[in-house]
Amino acid sequence: MNSETAIHVRGLRKSYGETLAVDGIDLDISSGEVFALLGPNGAGKTTTVEILEGYRHRDGGTVAVLGQDPANAGRHWRARIGIVLQLTAEPELTVAEMVSMFAGFYPNPRDPGEVIELAGLGGLTARRGNQLSGGQRRRLDVALGIVGRPELLFLDEPTTGFDPEARRQFWELIERLAGEGTTILLTTHYLPEAEALADRVAVLAGGQVVALGAPATLGGRVSQDAQVSWEAADGRRTLQTATPTKVVAELAGQFGGEIPGLAVTRPSLEDVYLELIGADR
Amino acid sequence: MTATSVSRPGATPADAVQPRLPGAWRTGLVRGQMEVRAFFRERQTVVFVFAMPAIVLVLLGSIYGHEHATRGVTVVQLFTAGMIAGGIGATSFQNLGLTIAAERERGTLKRLRGTPLAPAAYFIGKVIQVFVCTIAEVVVLIVVGVALYHLHLPTSAAKWWTLAWVFVLGTVACSLIGIGISSLSSSATNSFPVISLPFLVLQFISGVYVPFYNVPPWLQHIAAIFPLKWLSQGLRSVFLPAQAAALEPTHTWQHGQTALVLAAWIVGGLVLCLTTFRWRPRGDG
Repeated sequence: MNSETAIHVRGLRKSYGETLAVDGIDLDISSGEVFALLGPNGAGKTTTVEILEGYRHRDGGTVAVLGQDPANAGRHWRARIGIVLQLTAEPELTVAEMVSMFAGFYPNPRDPGEVIELAGLGGLTARRGNQLSGGQRRRLDVALGIVGRPELLFLDEPTTGFDPEARRQFWELIERLAGEGTTILLTTHYLPEAEALADRVAVLAGGQVVALGAPATLGGRVSQDAQVSWEAADGRRTLQTATPTKVVAELAGQFGGEIPGLAVTRPSLEDVYLELIGADR
Repeated sequence: MTATSVSRPGATPADAVQPRLPGAWRTGLVRGQMEVRAFFRERQTVVFVFAMPAIVLVLLGSIYGHEHATRGVTVVQLFTAGMIAGGIGATSFQNLGLTIAAERERGTLKRLRGTPLAPAAYFIGKVIQVFVCTIAEVVVLIVVGVALYHLHLPTSAAKWWTLAWVFVLGTVACSLIGIGISSLSSSATNSFPVISLPFLVLQFISGVYVPFYNVPPWLQHIAAIFPLKWLSQGLRSVFLPAQAAALEPTHTWQHGQTALVLAAWIVGGLVLCLTTFRWRPRGDG
């Protein structure tokens, strides 16, 4: 890909009255990257994203999104971004009417029919907004966010309310958009989602970035002790070890081949995440 | 990722000209078409905004029968002219106040703000919707009046001209106040006290639900501050015979003053809109 920067943030600050919501965030997101912002409620995720989307003004710091300051970027800039908002659908307009109308706002939109299929709304084109289920409304939100063929797509907790199948379909859509080179910034509470989709994640807590990296290596995940567990003659045994390969090789020797019920696990992204945000378990 | 040159969708080389954005007129027309569709699909607005004036007119007509207000003028004919003013207020002021408050609360406006749609296109769409629905409203009430209450269509070009300017000034003034007042309503649920209640009160004191000559003078003075009184008076001058002017407070139609008050509200309403219009709900950013 290219090393062009899609989002560049330095020292971003924003407070609401006495409350400091964002306290000096730095971020660099490359073009074509899928980047996830994780963090508990009140960590500053939504505030940060809304500043990047141009919805909110910042108190301090520098921000460039697709090379422009969102605080005063115009319609041409908006034509290059896509924002997936979780909203109540227009009650009286159909899926097809909404998607076609929004397509008409952009200079180079996707085909509305194709977008409806991509978003998993095929067969629901004549359904009005007030007849859509919660999950279908989320899909319409996604359809309206991508119909303008954005270079940069913002997704704020996109799969809330999706059933597992819808979530899989959505992930496939994101992978497809990413494959086409779309830069994607998503926030999520759902850690397997970040792990499945994101090239890199940043964990926010208290308005600051507390960890940044690939999901697989976040918070020193790969270098932490692994757990090896198996079925021994006297029941299930578990061992914490820094050298799991050696342990497994020894066990294989003992059992003379297959180790019954073998499992080797590292701390999950969720374990690391909860540790990072200082949550009590 | 590999180095294969996947071209970024919609990307333009830095030195190329920016793509042409769809114009405000074109997108505004599409929005207007959708707005009209949504208006007539929503049962609530069709009944409580669009059909209400005709329903009330038929009720008043059944109650007051063919009582005469003055020689050759029935009370019901007065009501019909007044109800056309009420109908214009309903499909412009009340409709815009309620729908924009709901759109703001629902996030429709926030979503539009996040697209390259020109803000003007949104308002062009609203103008189209208001004019289509208001003309339909006026036609329905005129048909009811002509069919049931011997309402006379204007016979002279001068009266048609009066109808045209009263309609346009009244609709524009009421629309701008409706857009402005939508910002005062922080949620669709409190739109009744902010929008519907004042509108109801004004209809009682402005010659819509009650003949204006039956309204006590102190209430007449209050009504004279607002456009609805002037709108209904202007419409009476169009649909009633000349001798009905004797029923007005000054025994004249006061066209000059009507135009002035409506024009003043257009200027005031525009200032109100420009200073108070918000794309997001109150307390959100």
